[in-house]
Amino acid sequence: MSGFLEIRGLSARLAGTGQRLLRAVDISLPAGSVRGLVGESGAGKSMIGKAVLGVLPKAVEIVEGEILLDGQDLLKVPPAERRRLIGAKAALIPQDPLTALNPSRRIGPQITDRLVDILGWEKARAASRALEVLAEVSIPEPERVMRLYPHELSGGMRQRILIASAFAAEPKLIVADEPTTALDVTVQKQILKLISALQARHGTALLFVTHDLGVVSKVCDTLSVLYAGKVVEDTTVERFFAAPQHPYSRALLAATPRHTDPAASLQPVPQAVIDAAMAEIAAADAAWSAHG
Amino acid sequence: MLDGRGLIRRRAGARLWLSGLWLTVFVLAAVLAPLISPQDPLAQDLMLERLPPAWVAGSEPGYWLGTDSLGRDVLSRIIYGAQVALAVALVAGLATCLIGSALGLVAGFYRGWADRIISRIVDIWMAFPPVLFAILLIAVLGTGLTSVILAIVIIDWTRFCRVVRAETLNQSKMDYVHSAKVAGFTRLRTLLSEILPNVLPVIVALLTLEMGIAVIVEAILSFVNLSISTDQPTWGGMIAEGRTSIHQAWWVLVFPLIALFFTVLSFAQFGEGLRERFDPVLR
Ligand SMILES: Nc1ncnc2c1ncn2[C@@H]1O[C@H](COP(=O)(O)OP(=O)(O)OP(=O)(O)O)[C@@H](O)[C@H]1O
Ligand SMILES: [Mg+2]
Repeated sequence: MSGFLEIRGLSARLAGTGQRLLRAVDISLPAGSVRGLVGESGAGKSMIGKAVLGVLPKAVEIVEGEILLDGQDLLKVPPAERRRLIGAKAALIPQDPLTALNPSRRIGPQITDRLVDILGWEKARAASRALEVLAEVSIPEPERVMRLYPHELSGGMRQRILIASAFAAEPKLIVADEPTTALDVTVQKQILKLISALQARHGTALLFVTHDLGVVSKVCDTLSVLYAGKVVEDTTVERFFAAPQHPYSRALLAATPRHTDPAASLQPVPQAVIDAAMAEIAAADAAWSAHG
Repeated sequence: MLDGRGLIRRRAGARLWLSGLWLTVFVLAAVLAPLISPQDPLAQDLMLERLPPAWVAGSEPGYWLGTDSLGRDVLSRIIYGAQVALAVALVAGLATCLIGSALGLVAGFYRGWADRIISRIVDIWMAFPPVLFAILLIAVLGTGLTSVILAIVIIDWTRFCRVVRAETLNQSKMDYVHSAKVAGFTRLRTLLSEILPNVLPVIVALLTLEMGIAVIVEAILSFVNLSISTDQPTWGGMIAEGRTSIHQAWWVLVFPLIALFFTVLSFAQFGEGLRERFDPVLR
């Protein structure tokens, strides 16, 4: 079965140095399911999210591959059409609620502008939809909040607003890039629950970028483990936690803190595993260069 | 209970109201000059020369701030001088602001070749010493109010361009700009309705500062006799004339100087006050 989002053989590199950032990435995300994207810092998790949303930095160029959104290859349509497709079908829950809302504009228009200007809704309908989603993410007094500026709200509230905003246009796909890392621990849990609940209720496909395996176990159905821009393991959450296949996955799991046995947790990834993974990648690169 | 934020708010308020008050007086004086000035600012009367201000012995009624060495009323000349100062502040200030900010926004947001060209020109511009540049320009353009305004715009747009570009660059990196892109807004719309509101407080502060600078520059050019004809009183011209008789008639120099000082100070303080009051990020 082909997914709502289907990434096939996606490779990307830095335009200047030619450094490889993504290596033949395959990711399939059926409608309504949640895939975690895990890996250490710099592995390319955010890069994949940005590629899907069409906001890669200028310095990054896609070498080959396909990104199919609802069956259409985003890399083959002209930029304006791509913007429209993505704007209509996908949305982003950003990482940092402090900078993801425009500080000098009121909350209301920041949610409704997109509905009115991009999707062509009527103003009244957009406003009532905004109130509806704000209520759905448990914002008290949504009418009042719509008139406030971001700085008048706490970080947790702002993240709720961003979530509401992402769900406002009923997108079929949401990319959440570490949506809880900027929040404190107690708020993190609520926000995770909230994203999970909304995802389930709306049947949205969710690409969840995180480096926290604990979060993955709570929120995701499937996951891709990324190492140096390569998917080293693509599996379901049950199978991953029962028996991770790739040595790097096992090391990653061992490095995750566990409440039951704190002493045994937080093992650093062994050098041997890193060396093995790097060798694997070097071999793949060599094969790639040979055929390209 | 003592609330620190309340105190800051009050201080910002005083700053805003005091400078606003002076600027209102300044604008009213300029606009209503023919109605409110007690004397004809150009009327010379050798019988009335170097009269002291009203509160000093030997003064004449109707000449509140005294007269200069040609017997012209100092207060009336200050009021009429406000016309030139206001015209220069408004026209030169706004034109400088528009041109410099537009270029700064484009350079900071679109980057690429536009940024390279604009930044290079700014670098070259900044290498000229501004006062020499101004005198040189006036020499080429000829004296007169239009030349003074043109010179200010030509020299000072870089002040806006540099600061606005840097601020636009900062704002462009923010996640909200990223989100606007994901949502599908065009680049131009992102620049105008997402970034511009965040750069606006800086632009406003710079604008009021620039208005003050324009007033000073005009005064300096009048002082060295490069501004407008002697028919229209200007503060700079009055200061230049007053300088020669400082020992016999200090008031000819001191009062226009005070008017100049308060006006320039008020412009700067007004900008700061506005920013503190209305910038939602600082608030
Ligand atoms: N704007 C950019 N220009 C050039 N290289 C970049 C840029 N952004 C990221 N990179 C590089 O791309 C690689 C992948 O970055 P990415 O942001 O996807 O990592 P990540 O997996 O999301 O890490 P993190 O957990 O720290 O967010 C890194 O090596 C990074 O240095
Ligand atoms: Mg990231």
